[in-house]
Amino acid sequence: MSATMAEKKHAAYICSGCELGARLDVATLVKTATKEGKMQLVREHAFLCSAEGVAMIQNDIDNEGVTHAAICACSRRAKTEAFNFSTTAISRGNLREGVIWVRPDTEEARETTQEMAEDYVRMACAEVKAMTVPSGNPNVGGSKTLLVVGGGVSGMTSALEAAKAGYKVVLVEKTGALGGWAAQNYKRVPTREPFKDPEDTGVADMVSRIAADANITVYLNATVTKTAGAPGRFKADITVESGSTVTEDVGAIIQASGFTLYDANKLPHLGYGASPDVVDQAGLEALAKAANGGAIKRPSDGKEVKSVVFVQCAGQRDASGEHLEYCSGYCCNVSVKQAMYFKDANPDVDTVVLYTDLRLPGNGEDFYRSAQNKGVIFSKGVVSTVAASGNGLTVNFKDLILNEDTQAQADLVVLATGSVPTSGPDLDALNAAVVASESKDADIKAEADLQVEKLRAKSVLNLSYRQGPDIPHFKHGFNDSHFICFPYETRRTAIYAAGPVRRPMDMVQAREDATGAAMKAIQAVENAGLGKAAHPRAGDLSFPTARLEGCTQCKRCTVECPFGAIDEDEKRFPLFNESRCRRCGTCMGACPVRVISFENYSVNTVGAQVKAINVPDEFENKPRILILACENDAYPALDMAGMNRHDYSAFVRVIPVRCLGSVNTIWITDALNSGFDGIMLMGCKHGEQYQCHFVKGSELGRYRLSKVGDTLKGMGLEPERVFDTEVAITDIVTLPQRINDYAAQLEAMGPSPMKGF
Amino acid sequence: MSVNNTEMAVRYKNNFLKELEDQAEMGEWIKMCMQCGVCAGSCPTNFHPGWDHPPQEIFMMVRAGRREEVLTSNSMWMCTSCYNCYVRCPRKLPITHIMHGIANYAHRLGVAPKLQPTRNFGKIFWNNAAKTGRVNEVMLTVDLYFRNAEGKFDLMGGIKKALEMQSVAIGLVKAGRLNPLELFGGHKCKDQKGLQSMLKKARELEETRKALKAA
Repeated sequence: MSATMAEKKHAAYICSGCELGARLDVATLVKTATKEGKMQLVREHAFLCSAEGVAMIQNDIDNEGVTHAAICACSRRAKTEAFNFSTTAISRGNLREGVIWVRPDTEEARETTQEMAEDYVRMACAEVKAMTVPSGNPNVGGSKTLLVVGGGVSGMTSALEAAKAGYKVVLVEKTGALGGWAAQNYKRVPTREPFKDPEDTGVADMVSRIAADANITVYLNATVTKTAGAPGRFKADITVESGSTVTEDVGAIIQASGFTLYDANKLPHLGYGASPDVVDQAGLEALAKAANGGAIKRPSDGKEVKSVVFVQCAGQRDASGEHLEYCSGYCCNVSVKQAMYFKDANPDVDTVVLYTDLRLPGNGEDFYRSAQNKGVIFSKGVVSTVAASGNGLTVNFKDLILNEDTQAQADLVVLATGSVPTSGPDLDALNAAVVASESKDADIKAEADLQVEKLRAKSVLNLSYRQGPDIPHFKHGFNDSHFICFPYETRRTAIYAAGPVRRPMDMVQAREDATGAAMKAIQAVENAGLGKAAHPRAGDLSFPTARLEGCTQCKRCTVECPFGAIDEDEKRFPLFNESRCRRCGTCMGACPVRVISFENYSVNTVGAQVKAINVPDEFENKPRILILACENDAYPALDMAGMNRHDYSAFVRVIPVRCLGSVNTIWITDALNSGFDGIMLMGCKHGEQYQCHFVKGSELGRYRLSKVGDTLKGMGLEPERVFDTEVAITDIVTLPQRINDYAAQLEAMGPSPMKGF
Repeated sequence: MSVNNTEMAVRYKNNFLKELEDQAEMGEWIKMCMQCGVCAGSCPTNFHPGWDHPPQEIFMMVRAGRREEVLTSNSMWMCTSCYNCYVRCPRKLPITHIMHGIANYAHRLGVAPKLQPTRNFGKIFWNNAAKTGRVNEVMLTVDLYFRNAEGKFDLMGGIKKALEMQSVAIGLVKAGRLNPLELFGGHKCKDQKGLQSMLKKARELEETRKALKAA
């Protein structure tokens, strides 16, 4: 509101609490804010975050017309509740964690510490003047219904949990019944004490609870044939078997499309296909269901099974690249369970599990012990072949403990083949096929068309996003998700992946996953309804806008946006889809003509801070190092270094950025031009084990910034003047050391030749 | 009382694990081994060249049904009863006791390695101590030293070994830990009759128990 007011009034507040007054010359800071920061109103307070201090600021806002306030006290991460003035643009000068806590309290350090504080006051003043109060995304979404795609254990759990929280759910299942793989099981791995025996799958109970829940609408034999729109206002076309289509308005989507078993036909050396008595785990479940607690009979001749061998890691953990590279995680527990089917029906049945490593997540160790007690034999061995012999099967394996090739006889062999996600087409492959289908060569075109059709047929969501119809894959074809910190988050805002489509998992994990995804989806629809950002800047009201008259239609922003939030309008200008936007600012960093900005974060808000820093001339022997630190990991790490009183160089000036991806190269050139000796870029780990909160942000930022070498060369500067370093939030001790090492390196290089120009 | 090896082998056909579960003390624990190898890694005699198989391997061989190899192995006899494996086993298997149980069963079957030093010493020690309730150190040494690798009396070998160890012996005598006069009869515990009837009763109880299992 005040942002729209014509009259702007800038104020600075300088706190002298927390020893700031003792360590710094606050009177000079007041002068700096007034003279250099050009603040119309500057106040000093001994305890600014106290009720009295906050009331003083509020009074200035209410009665003195203050619209912009630079609060120079502690880190922007501290006292956020006290300094929360929603109608006022606020910047924070970090004098505590950023200055006095990282500097020694000695007489010789006093001068440089004071200079540091003065710069942070200048920066806070410059930043706030370039800011406006964000007004929120006007394109709010109204729908609070969740769409759950997939009616297995994950999907049913999401639906039930969301319904329990009071939200409407549309549940789409492609087969004729709910339950997924779990419904095909005879029993499941135990979920409660004492974890000794297989237990009921619980599927029937879930199905009946769903049927009885008025909040849940179920579509069976149905697929999602089109998903358009944005968080809070998706339109999902649901096509049922008869061909008729219903369009549902939904606010968020949970993709719980599950998995299929790895095709055992690809394992002929293990006897699959050659003998009907070699089955996969689903095949054994079917036999156990038919036996219903009685003796399990083998498929070939109906003879009661007297000996069974379970082959673990069949087509899994394969280093040759022919089969699955990964471990599916649940199959060991399943084999333990299936061996118990035999032992529980008849203790005299020989059951042997051949494994290389038994991996039993959850309470599987207890279950394993119980199986050993029941007489299931576990042998460490690698199976080479399974062959028919006489009236049974011979399993040839290498005993890894006794280090010898040996064999076992069995009536039945069960292969633990693992899971393959139903995660839709690989978007990179699809894009490549689409490009190839534009070929002039008729043969190439025909083949590519076929490929496009084949890949499109695999789509789960059929999103009408320019980035492709589904969530991107990450590793081994599983849907991308932020596997470390926010497991269900995908790169498509308000679309969450849950269950084995995200990574291999068992039913217990899938239920947890599905519950988490439901909670995230609820958060997303609520934030979308208020025009606020979703995770990780949840609640942020700012959104990107572009000054289109300056746009060159280079498409860098549309391509780089990690979340597919930028489309093109009919004139090929970027069209922001604010609801999909996660506010990382990667578009802003990418824009070569710098026309993209947020109300509270822009090329100017950071650029003005860079320019506000006082750079001493080369004779003063006081280098200046600019640190652009990711606000998610690097900045908190620096704050924590301060809290732990780990000193670092007085010559650094830190500016937090939303993501390394939002760093615009103009800041680098500006800083170097104004005589900075070096620039440190601190972003999250990227690549396969990425920790970037915006998934691709730090990677894109790094790629872009790797090109500044040319700029440096053009300016006659050494490439070491820009230093990129990966920072994790835990680098509290090592980060100050890295800063000091870099400062020493710069000192050895001598001052930047750009000083004084 | 010994049990018949062939009879047992026939009775349990190829289920050696079951045989040990029934016949060997603590044998019912073998199936609970999870092959982590902590026992093997913890064993102080692990690198001793005379050691055929660490416990983990013995257990795996039991499961694989390698009956003769296990029973005639010297591995169980190499155990020094330090209890390192017992304490460290994450599955809480009483490994030391299992090893002794298998060793004892092999002994009862009469297939244990004949002159395995531990077994040999055990026998000599028991016979010596059970006579009077006190160990006659001199006679124990004589029984131990004056035998060759085949178990036959060997005068020259005994003298040679005794000379090798003479400084130790003199040290023990000086410290009052060894009385050379015991060569002519050692000390005894007080109630000789009571001791013998106690040992007889213990043997009876043990044999009844094992006979029940073997029946």
